[in-house]
Amino acid sequence: MIVSSLSRRFFRVWQRNMTVYRRIWKINFIPPLLEPLFYLFAFGAGLGALVGSITYEGTAVSYIAYIAPALLGINIMYNSFFENTYASFVRMYYQKTFDAMLATPLSIEEIIAGEIIWGATKSVIATAIMLVIISLFGIVSFPAGLLILPLAFVGGVAFGSIGMFFTSLLPSIDSFNLPIFLFVTPMFLFSGTFFPLENLPSWAQRAAQAFPLTHLVNLCRSLALGTLGTGLLIDLLYLIVFSILFFPLALRCMRRRLIT
Amino acid sequence: MAAIIEARDLRKNYNGRAAVDGISFDVQRGETFGLLGPNGAGKTTTIRMIYGFSPMTSGSLKVFERNIESHWRFIKERIGVCQQENSLDPDLSVEQNLQVFARYFNIPKRVAAERTRQLLDFVSMKQRKNDKVTSLSGGLMRRLVIARALINEPDLLILDEPTTGLDPQSRHQVWERLDELKSRGLTILLTTHYMEEASRLCDRLVIVDHGKILVEGKPAELIRTHVGREVLEVSEPSRDLIEWVESRGLEHENLVHRLIVYCKEGESLFHDISGAYCTEGCDLRLATLEDVFLKLTGRGLRE
Repeated sequence: MIVSSLSRRFFRVWQRNMTVYRRIWKINFIPPLLEPLFYLFAFGAGLGALVGSITYEGTAVSYIAYIAPALLGINIMYNSFFENTYASFVRMYYQKTFDAMLATPLSIEEIIAGEIIWGATKSVIATAIMLVIISLFGIVSFPAGLLILPLAFVGGVAFGSIGMFFTSLLPSIDSFNLPIFLFVTPMFLFSGTFFPLENLPSWAQRAAQAFPLTHLVNLCRSLALGTLGTGLLIDLLYLIVFSILFFPLALRCMRRRLIT
Repeated sequence: MAAIIEARDLRKNYNGRAAVDGISFDVQRGETFGLLGPNGAGKTTTIRMIYGFSPMTSGSLKVFERNIESHWRFIKERIGVCQQENSLDPDLSVEQNLQVFARYFNIPKRVAAERTRQLLDFVSMKQRKNDKVTSLSGGLMRRLVIARALINEPDLLILDEPTTGLDPQSRHQVWERLDELKSRGLTILLTTHYMEEASRLCDRLVIVDHGKILVEGKPAELIRTHVGREVLEVSEPSRDLIEWVESRGLEHENLVHRLIVYCKEGESLFHDISGAYCTEGCDLRLATLEDVFLKLTGRGLRE
């Protein structure tokens, strides 16, 4: 069913969201522009002075260089996850956008795939803007750092898919607090974002390996610092497998929710 | 000529309850076909099955001589749908609503721009093309929904309660647009619970209740067969009058504060009744589709 009803036409849904995005691009550009500045100022200047440097892959890096790539990873997660939870829910539930689309030759699978790919696209756009800002601090190594852009797409699909999966299950917009509190916030804090995972007890380290953000941050950091190793393939593989699981699951659960 | 819609024994169950319980009908090319019924009768469920939104539980449904289950995309490319709930895109302008919708049908950009211009002209909304959808009145929104449903130049237009919630001016505006489309030969499937609307627009209709078809026919024929030519209404009827009507074996409904008598020879009956039983509050009027509707579906509240 999914295979037969998922054609390239999903691009039309992506295009719709791009049209809306371009109408209000100035507002859309502000968060990825300012957010890294806030974080780098607070954590880099404020906290960094206390921390000094951190040893990563055997070399000492400044605290600001340590967290900046993590901010990119978090940004990738936020953009696609929030796009495919709150924003998609508003389109589905309040604006009846999906209902209108379902009266056209689009299938539910194309609508949802278009939404997820759009969420991933938003991650890429935001990452590009943020990458420029962070580069100004001289803490991104190029050209390896450029690979963070396609990585943003991969990560965006992973987080967008699970976000859409939650959207297919949750009854109201208020209930999104639940996955955010139980899923997003722990990842934000415990994915090797602001301190090395090695500082945690071993059980917590193992648990953190289950978080997709752990792998995404690891990839971002290695690419930004230019410390590439074969271990990264495992991280990438994790994100891909995660997407392979949740992307079709999101499509199937959305069909169950909307087609009655 | 083959029918545009061929529905046979359509059924739809929700959690074991039958919303549509074995409906069969044909819609011929060029006709306006009405699906009438009280709230919850199964009208919207039926048309949702026809535009491929909702899979049927059992039965067979052909649109343009193709099976909806296997040829849903072919069918959906050729129909225009006005859903009951406003589903205009509030993130887009009036014009963009049509252009973005055109993309869902893979309509090339230049063609879409031209059709957008024509359709905004058709619904007299040219001046509003750059406005936000959220700034439109209910009537304008409905006209825009109709324009949007025509963007793919459909062979079948499906309208789910097109004038519900509109003021009389807006309603007549919508009717005029639909008259125009009818005169161009467009096939229209319409649901409504406004009998005036059904009488005015529909060539043929069915009245459904509890998921089943009660009657099918042309509006005038249905009125003639089920009610007669005229209706006599008496407000606050006296006991004597009710007894008299009952003794004469006249077809009537007693609503306590109102007596309704269906009659073939209204004129003489009116004189009999108004002379003998009431001097005021007695009206003779032409029978309408609403009389048929209420007679067949009852007067109890549905929701």
